[in-house]
Amino acid sequence: MRSAGDLIGISTRKRAEHGFDVERIRRDFPILHQSVFGKPLVYLDNAATTHKPRIVIETVSRFYERDNSNIHRGLHQLSERSTKAYEGARVKVQKFINAAEPREIIFVRGTTEAINLVARTYGRKQVDAGDEVLITEMEHHSNIVPWQMLCEEKNAILRVGPINDRGELLLEEFEKLMGPRTKLVAVVHLSNALGTINPVRRIVEMAHSRGIPVLIDGAQAVAHLTVDVRALGCDFYAFSGHKIYGPTGIGVLYGKAELLEEMPPYQGGGDMISSVTFEKTIYNKLPHKFEAGTPNIADAIGLGAAIGYLTGVGLDAVSAYESELLAHATETIGAIEGIRLIGTARKKASVLSFLIDGIHPHDIGTILDKEGIAIRAGHHCTQPLMKRFGVPATARATVSFYNTREEIDALAAGIRKVKKVFA
Amino acid sequence: MSELDSVEELYQQVILDHNRTPRNFRKLEDADRSAEGHNPLCGDHLWVFVRMEGNRIGDITFYGAGCAISKASASMMTEAVKGKSRQEAEELFERFRRLVMGGDGGSLGKLAAFSGVSEFPVRVKCATLAWHTLRSALEGKEETVSTE
Repeated sequence: MRSAGDLIGISTRKRAEHGFDVERIRRDFPILHQSVFGKPLVYLDNAATTHKPRIVIETVSRFYERDNSNIHRGLHQLSERSTKAYEGARVKVQKFINAAEPREIIFVRGTTEAINLVARTYGRKQVDAGDEVLITEMEHHSNIVPWQMLCEEKNAILRVGPINDRGELLLEEFEKLMGPRTKLVAVVHLSNALGTINPVRRIVEMAHSRGIPVLIDGAQAVAHLTVDVRALGCDFYAFSGHKIYGPTGIGVLYGKAELLEEMPPYQGGGDMISSVTFEKTIYNKLPHKFEAGTPNIADAIGLGAAIGYLTGVGLDAVSAYESELLAHATETIGAIEGIRLIGTARKKASVLSFLIDGIHPHDIGTILDKEGIAIRAGHHCTQPLMKRFGVPATARATVSFYNTREEIDALAAGIRKVKKVFA
Repeated sequence: MSELDSVEELYQQVILDHNRTPRNFRKLEDADRSAEGHNPLCGDHLWVFVRMEGNRIGDITFYGAGCAISKASASMMTEAVKGKSRQEAEELFERFRRLVMGGDGGSLGKLAAFSGVSEFPVRVKCATLAWHTLRSALEGKEETVSTE
């Protein structure tokens, strides 16, 4: 990041302030430079989806302009190029999360599909009547419902680890819920509604000491934290491309090869087979066994470009800058009278969930929108968590490394306007 | 022109007042009809209770939680339809819906305060939730009304 900053002479004040040249970063994101209702766009809904740097947009359109072809079976030049680019993206993902081999990277539509894949294959094979799946109270619906469906089908039991009022997982309680019948632990790395960073490495140690595999929902984490699946030791790790500056419709399931080998296929069709007769089909080897049909080639390649961009900036620099922004937001917004922060874990990233006394989050969202400020208001697909905090919804601002302190200040000013309207 | 124009148009004083102190905001013990309404998008969740007197709405209350628009709309609806026949209430709902969709709702009295909703299409559901729930109560339907 320092080199990028050194190349550009402007914004030295900001660079000195943050050690991070946010203006340079912002120039890479075309969508940020627009007005909404006559106000400069302040995009603070990054947990919902992130924007795309020019390199991602260009990579996808260049693919369609020059290389577009189906993969893995063409004998012609374009197919060869497409295959190479697609498999190249897989290697980028592998390196990005430090998986041992490219075949441990399965391309899916997103985190939701990744978790469903594990539930429908590993889960269906391993979980029997009376067995248990263990999750936490802060899971996104996508890490609740697939397990609920599995438990219903198998007459198994879904156990839920409690959290404290700060939004931190009660680790001792969680460990107590790991029993002889626990077949899988599925836990979010970084909570989308609270910003809590879970101690996933310790959770993996706890679970593994009892022989229980662990799936980590990394939908939020990958864009904000350095993720090393081998250091974590997790068995599965799931994330989405669009939350990490890549395209929508592409995501990743990482699985340890030995587990993936044992799992039955998810969907049947082309590409996932070695040979087919009407009597018997021999499945393809990893990772193709889990990628039936023509995959989302262009967006996988786009995801590769996004990862290239993010690693170019450097996740350590991103994390450090975003922590500063979040601290500034917590301080500035938290100081406004009548504000209640939901999610005050000691280890947090990106997310500021809040309430204003007597004002529904939906009304907050509407008024901020007219100020050009995009936040999310709602239950954030975490209804059980909202229930835990006794609120129907929260307003949520989520920061990215392309946001600025000035934008946080604009949010604070917007919140004061909301209060004025409702005064 | 103030920058808050359309926002002020949406959150008119009468709406803010009904949000702060909703009228007929309680469960109706001797209700003979009730229905539950839910807006999953933002979590608005309310119940409408009705006691009929012949063909007329003898008493009506509501209860629940939601955004200012949904709450004020429910509150003002209870005032507007009390004493009305089922058909009159239906007709009022039709005109109210035209208003919040940006059309001409005709003479709506205090309910005209909701004209600003039409500038905020995603909030139409908030404004009409109570009315959909009332319709369901009057029809005697059991299932929860959802605006999704």
